[in-house]
Parts: sequence; C-alpha cells; structure tokens
Amino acid sequence: MRYIEPHGHMVSRTTDDYEAMVIAGCRAVCEPAFWAGYDRSGPQGFYDYFCQLTDYEPKRAAKFGLPHFTWLCINPKESEDVQLAQEVIALIPQFLDKPNVLGIGEIGLNKNTHNELKVLEQHIDLAARHEQLILVHTPHLEDKFKGTRLILDALLADSRIKPERCIIDHVEEHTVQMVLDAGFWAGITLYPESKTTPPRAIDMFEVYGGQRVWLNSACDWGRSDPLAVPKTAIEMRRRGHSDETIDRLVFQNPIRFLSQNPRFNVR
Amino acid sequence: MTRQQLLDLYFMDARSKLIDIAAFLDRVDRGEGEPDFRLAAFRKALEELQRGEPVRAKSVLMSLSDPTTEPIAKAPGKGAVGAWPGQEAH
Repeated sequence: MRYIEPHGHMVSRTTDDYEAMVIAGCRAVCEPAFWAGYDRSGPQGFYDYFCQLTDYEPKRAAKFGLPHFTWLCINPKESEDVQLAQEVIALIPQFLDKPNVLGIGEIGLNKNTHNELKVLEQHIDLAARHEQLILVHTPHLEDKFKGTRLILDALLADSRIKPERCIIDHVEEHTVQMVLDAGFWAGITLYPESKTTPPRAIDMFEVYGGQRVWLNSACDWGRSDPLAVPKTAIEMRRRGHSDETIDRLVFQNPIRFLSQNPRFNVR
Repeated sequence: MTRQQLLDLYFMDARSKLIDIAAFLDRVDRGEGEPDFRLAAFRKALEELQRGEPVRAKSVLMSLSDPTTEPIAKAPGKGAVGAWPGQEAH
C-alpha cells in the first residue's frame, strides 16, 4: 500500500510516528499551520512556528526518507484578534518561496464570528495575490454546517479564486454535497470521536463519489491517529473495494490536487 | 455490498454503540440536578433514526447544528460542545 498523508500536524507527533507512517506506506506528509493548543503571545511566536514548519520539520521527516510539505496561515482559533492576525499575515509572504510551502492553510472559521470572517477574507486575498493553493478548515461540531456555508460564500465571492485549487477539509455527511457541488475538493478527516470514522468516510466516498476527495488523519496533540488513512484503506478492502480504487483515493487523488503546486513533486 | 454482508461486517459494532447510547441515557436519568440543552438536543436527534430513508447521519448532524446564517458578534470561547444551544445563547 502507498498513500499520502495530506493533513498531519507533525510538530505535535513523535519521531516514532514518522517511522510508523513510512512503514505503513506513507510517501509524503503535508502539514497545515494550526492552533498550538494555547494562544501565542504575539507575531514572533508565529514567525518561529513558520520557521519550524519550513526548516526543522522537513529535516525530521527526511530522516525517514519522507518528503514534508506545509501550508501557512494564522488559524481560525486565533483569528478573533484581528490586529494580531494582520501582523501574522504580513509575515507569511517571506516564507512563500520556501521549497516545502504548498499554499495558504488551514484557514477558515471556528465560531463563525465577524472577526474570523474578516481574517478569512484577508487570507483569501493573500492567496489570490500570490497565486497560492488554499486549504480550508471547517468548524467543529454544531458550528460546521453554518461555517461551511459562510466559507464557501467567501471563496465564491472572490472572482480570483478557482474552486478546483481549494480543498475544504473536515467535511461530514451534512456538508460534503455543498462543497462538491460548488466545484471544490473535499477533505474527509478520520478521528476517533469527532469528524468521521473509517466506515462513515467510506460511506461518503461510495455515495458522493471520489473524484475530488481525499482522506486525512489531521493527527495532532488531541485524540487522533497518524495511521488513520492506511487503516481506512484496510477497511475499504473489507468493503470489497479494489486495490486500484483504494490507491486512487489515498494516493493519486492527493497528488492530483497538490501537484497544482509544482513544488509537490511526489509521484 | 449486500445487506447481509453489511450486517456481517457492522452489526456487532452498531449493536455495541446502540447499547452504549442506552446506557448513557440511563446514566443521565440516574444523575441528579437539571441537564443543560444538550440532553434535549440528543433526544431530538435520536428521532432522526426513525427516518425511512438512508440520510440518517446527515439528519442527525443537521439536528445538532446551528441553523442560522449570519456571523455572530463575538466568539463565546474556542470550543464546540456538539449541540446548538439556541439563538438566545448568543
């Protein structure tokens, strides 16, 4: 089996996790910027984090022969402070030429506030001005449906944005259809409690098709499993899917999306 | 897959989760004090399981979701609790 982990917060995982992923068949890992579990005290904290994502973490992954890519932003959980967000967004362009940067992400909404929306629009503008791919985080639990609608509206309102260059992550049964119907890619996140389980992810794949869909573990410091994608591949085999179908979903699909940035050279 | 094959694959897992839900509701009933909005939301979401169409997962998720369309003025915190508390909570 071979697969891409298109969304893993490896800064909060152990080196053993890198090794286990490679043994399971992982050919590349992509790490969006996210919330550290606490609010950073200022822009300098984000500068250091962006250095970690573009310099240190690729070296840690390379010890196991695993290509490491990243996405940059200030995450929605810290977007309520608009001034801080603007200072962090101003830091990002100097990192966009780093060899492992794929785009802007994971941007989006958390509690669906006016300030979060304002910062989302500034991120969208940044991506458009620099012709970057976009990776979107949709809100958790009760906030997801409303937040997904607001996010799609914000993206579609900017004529410079091409839906096929944006992935809307963490879709569930009540949001996947609207994402695909609007022409975006959809990310299905596999979590032990929230988001989706492997059987539900496969249900969505079977019902809505897998043309513009990827699977990810979004493994981080919370309850999550860095091997969730290969475990779901095994579950797909139990459901009678062919090796070719599985390979298309867990390997070829992420490559098709990510290769829109020529830096993503994994084949 | 056939319904028989799907039952063979998933019945025991679903049975286990069903009993967990029953035990959870029993546990809450045995508890003391007033429950917050989440219990009523949970019970309402359970009604969606009686639907005769294969859209139950979507319906349960929608039942627990914020149905409003406008951004809110200020974040009440960072976390989500799994059910919408209602307009007055904002």
